[in-house]
Parts: sequence; C-alpha cells; structure tokens
Amino acid sequence: MSTAVQEVVQEKKSEPLFSKKNKKLLSNPLDIDNPITVQVLGICSALAITSQVKPAIVMSLGLTFVTAFSNLFISMLRNTIPSRIRIIVQLAIVSVWVIMVDQLLKAYVYDMAKLMSVYVGLIITNCIVMGRLEAFAMGNKPWPSFLDGIGNGLGYGVILISMAFVRELFGGGTLFKGLPFEWQVFKSMGIAYQGNGLLLLPAGACILLGIIIWIQRSINGYRESH
Amino acid sequence: MKFLRNQLDKVKHNFEKGGKLEKYYYAYEAFETFLFAPNTTTHGKGVHVRDAIDLKRLMMTVILAMVPCLLFGTWNIGHQHFLALGQTGTFGEKILLGLGQVVPLIIVSYGVGLGIEFVFAIMRKHPVNEGYLVTGMLIPLVMPPDIPLWQVAVATAFAVVIGKEAFGGTGMNVVNIALTARAFLYFAYPSQISGEVWTLLGEGVKTVQGYSGATPLAVAAASTGNVMNDFAQFGSGWAEGIYSLNNLFLGIRPGSVGETSTLMCLVGAAILIITGVGSGRIIVSVFAGAYAMGLLLNVIGGNPFMEMPAHYHLVIGGLAFGAVFMATDPVTATHTGTGKWIYGFLIGVFTVLIRVFNPAYPEGIMLAILLMNVFAPLIDYFVLNANKNRRLKRATV
Repeated sequence: MSTAVQEVVQEKKSEPLFSKKNKKLLSNPLDIDNPITVQVLGICSALAITSQVKPAIVMSLGLTFVTAFSNLFISMLRNTIPSRIRIIVQLAIVSVWVIMVDQLLKAYVYDMAKLMSVYVGLIITNCIVMGRLEAFAMGNKPWPSFLDGIGNGLGYGVILISMAFVRELFGGGTLFKGLPFEWQVFKSMGIAYQGNGLLLLPAGACILLGIIIWIQRSINGYRESH
Repeated sequence: MKFLRNQLDKVKHNFEKGGKLEKYYYAYEAFETFLFAPNTTTHGKGVHVRDAIDLKRLMMTVILAMVPCLLFGTWNIGHQHFLALGQTGTFGEKILLGLGQVVPLIIVSYGVGLGIEFVFAIMRKHPVNEGYLVTGMLIPLVMPPDIPLWQVAVATAFAVVIGKEAFGGTGMNVVNIALTARAFLYFAYPSQISGEVWTLLGEGVKTVQGYSGATPLAVAAASTGNVMNDFAQFGSGWAEGIYSLNNLFLGIRPGSVGETSTLMCLVGAAILIITGVGSGRIIVSVFAGAYAMGLLLNVIGGNPFMEMPAHYHLVIGGLAFGAVFMATDPVTATHTGTGKWIYGFLIGVFTVLIRVFNPAYPEGIMLAILLMNVFAPLIDYFVLNANKNRRLKRATV
C-alpha cells in the first residue's frame, strides 16, 4: 500500500518544470482561455484604462504580478484554509500584493500612480484575481498556480494593450504617449488627423472589445451553445 | 426594359451553380430582383398571405415617402445659404446649391453601405438584404448639409457593420441603423455635427450683419427671458420672422438636410399610413408624448425653456422626422399594438426631457429613439404577459 502511494508521488515530482501541461497553463490564457474575451473577467478595467498604451502596460504588469503571487501563496495554503472563510483569506493575501504594487508605483512612477490610483486599488476586486484563486489555485499545486497566474495576467495584458493601441492610435493620433519613445503618428507623417472621440469614451472601448471577441471567435470557430 | 432583361439573362449562366462566378451569385441575384419582380412565388400550401408586395417594394414605398423631405431639404439648403449671406438667389440657384451638397451625401451613403452589404452577403452566402435601401436614404437626411464626406463614409461603415451585420443582418438589428450612424458621428466627431453647423456657408464667406447660426433649440435653451420673444426677435435685420411658428412648421430654418420641415414629414407620414407601411400609432403617440410632456413642463414652470408653449416642441428640432421615419422602423419598434402606443409615447416624453434638462444634448429625439429601441422587446414582453393574464382570468376551465 504505502509503496504504491509513494510511487505516485514520485512520478508527480519528476514532472519537469515546463512540461507540456505547464506550458499550456501559460499559453491557453493568451487565446482559447483568455480571461477577458472568453472568461469575460476584468471587463471594467479593460474599458477604463485603455485609452492610452502606457497605463495599459502598467496595469497589465501590476495585475500579472498580483495574480501570480496571490495564486502562489493561496496554493501553498490551500490545504489549511477552512473553506467557509476562504474568501476573506484570499482577499487578505491579494490585498497585501495590491498594496505592494501601489506603493511601488507611488515610489517610482508617481505620475502614473496618480492616474491609476483607483484602478490599482481595484485590482483587489478585479474578477480575474479572485476568479483564478477560486478556480485554479485552491485545487492545484503552487508551481502550476504560479504559472496560471502569470498566464492569465499576460492574457489580460495582450487584450488590454491591443485595445489601448487601437484606441490611442485612432482616438488621439499618438502612440506610447508619456513614454520615452512617444510617437505622434499622424503628425509625423504630415497628415492632419482628427481624433475619433468615440474611441476615447468607455462606450467606444466596449464596442472595440466586442469587435476583438468577434474576430477571435470567427478564427477559433466558436459557436453559441443553445 | 427588354434590353435590361436580355442583358441579365445573358450573364446569368456565369453566376449559376457550376458557373465561373458562382461565388457572386447573390450579388447578381440582388440586381435581378431589384430590377424585376422575382418569378418565384409562395407555394399553395401553408398559411402565408400571398401578395405582390415584397420587401424591396416595401422599402421603395418608404423612400417615396421621404422624397418630399429630400426635395424640400435640397431647396432649404440653398435658401438658408443665401439668407445667411444676405443675398437673394433664384429658385434654380438654391436647388443647384442644395443638390451640390445632397447628391454626394447620398452617393457616399449608398456606395459605402451597399458595398459592405454585398461583401457580407457573398461571405455569408445569403441574398443581399433590402434593408439598406431605406437606411441609405435616411443617413443623408439626418446629416448637416456641409458635413465632411469621409465622416459620412466612416459612420455608415460603422453603422452597417456594428449596428447590423454584427447582429446578423437585416431584420436582426437592435437599434435603428441610420441613427446609429448619426450617434457615432455625434460622439466621434462632435465638432462637425453640433453647435452652429446647420447652415451651409462655404469657405471664407462673409455672413450678413447680425447673423447667427443658432437653431431654435439652441435659442430656446439659451433663453433667459421669454422664449417666444426670443424667437420673434431672432433674425431681425437679416431674416425677419425666421423662427415664427408658421415658418418653423414649414421648415424654412437651418437644420439637418431633411429634418427641418414638419409639413413635409407629415406628407411622408400620410404616405406611410395610407399604404400601411408605417405604424400610425407610433407617429401619433410620439407627437402626443412630446406634447404631453411639454404641457407638464409648462405647468411646473421654472425656466424659460420649460415655459415654452408645448406645441413649439413639435415643430422645432427633428421630432417630426424622427417620429415619422425613425421611430416607425418595423424592426426596432415594438410589435404589439398596445406596445406601439407606449413606445411612441415614451419617445416623445424622453425627447422633451433631454431637450429641456440636458445642456450637453440640444436635441433629444435621436437618443430617445435609440433608448426606446433597446426597451422595445421589454415593452412587448409586458404587453403579451398582460394579455395572457387577462385571457386566463376570462377562461372558465
């Protein structure tokens, strides 16, 4: 009996750090299991801070960081957390990481921290963080959970940055505003471009997100199940 | 006619199954049924109402109903132009000037819209739908006369792709497509479609002394004393009595191409109601809703706009045009009889509310119709449920 159990444990331990399954944890959220377009989590921040590329990048990094480490720690504690109070335990851990991100931003990129103040604080209520904790970290080992957090953070970032790219380019006519390599796209080409005001509104972002989902679904062949 | 038929027959074999242009069969089919009534008929079995009118003929009726507005609008563009410049133009000059603005608008609207329709029809392998025939005419009629054409093209593309094709094509859209185009421009490029852009001036012209491009809605919203006095005084020196009740009803005032004339909209309404194409209930109830809300605001009072006599609400802005041609869109309106009364009435109420209380949006009919479009299925749901309950109570078993 005991030898059989040990054999199973040994087998699992011998799984390489980046096995096929673990790589899937990183790559699936980028496309077929994307947190925004497929799981439909974290929509509010996707609409609110994507009017420029720079905050979108900072937000994605912040969220990736928080999700990955919250996943890691919750996964380590998963067998000791009583399931009746698990949400509050998860929130406590998430908030630690959110505060750390917030303080880091305030210390090194203060302008950005001022612009994103509310949204950094609201990472704690970002559905992706809680969603991944509940759906993955509570039932998986620390390392896969960590990878899952990174993967979902990146999947979120891909959508966020591509939305911000389109919105900033066609809404304001610039790219990477506020970064060292800021580019006045249309001005530098000598085109008098009139910014599209709708894209700068959250409503425009919602339509844009719909278009992204439309494109993704027509590539992946998604069909609504009735 | 014979010539067209022959030409169509000559190329037909290319598009049929096995022909080299088989992929484009539906593009061909669209032209054929546009020009000639199709010879396929509904089978004898079943419960269908058999009638000579099909969707294309139905849409043509709506376009015919819009022609008075279009013609009047064309003349009005020229008339307002000469008025603003302090010149007098002949009837022909005014029409020519108007045509110079309206024809490109119509060409761009139809060109872009139908182009996208054809592409989607070929991609999705379904016949080209007729819905765009009306939308393509409505879009130019709700634009300011000198709006840049590229903006019309972008708005049309947006409205057709996002407003219609994303939902599955003609008959599946949730909100009115022509108004989607206008709302897009309103939020995307507000400087060309709000403020004092409603008169065609042209580059570098000198306007007559005392000229102001303010619309009746703007005048009423900015009024500090008595709206009636402001209307009477507006235009003194260059266009006496331009905002008198009579003139407002006839529509000889600045505004979108086709929206200005309440009279012409009523002519269109008569055509729609007589032919049974548009719903009279909706048209009547929109006017009733706006009038009732106007009266209520009169009773409450408070600021000059609220005290403006209620009947003025019916002739300023685009209320009449929206009521007759936009609210009656059979796809986006409610389908039940009682629902139509409620739907129209609320459009009227919200229009006046937005006009009077929201300084950011001088005109409310566009937003009111879009809002009620979204609520139309809900209204139908409640009307149907009420009907069910009533009949259940009556049932003896």
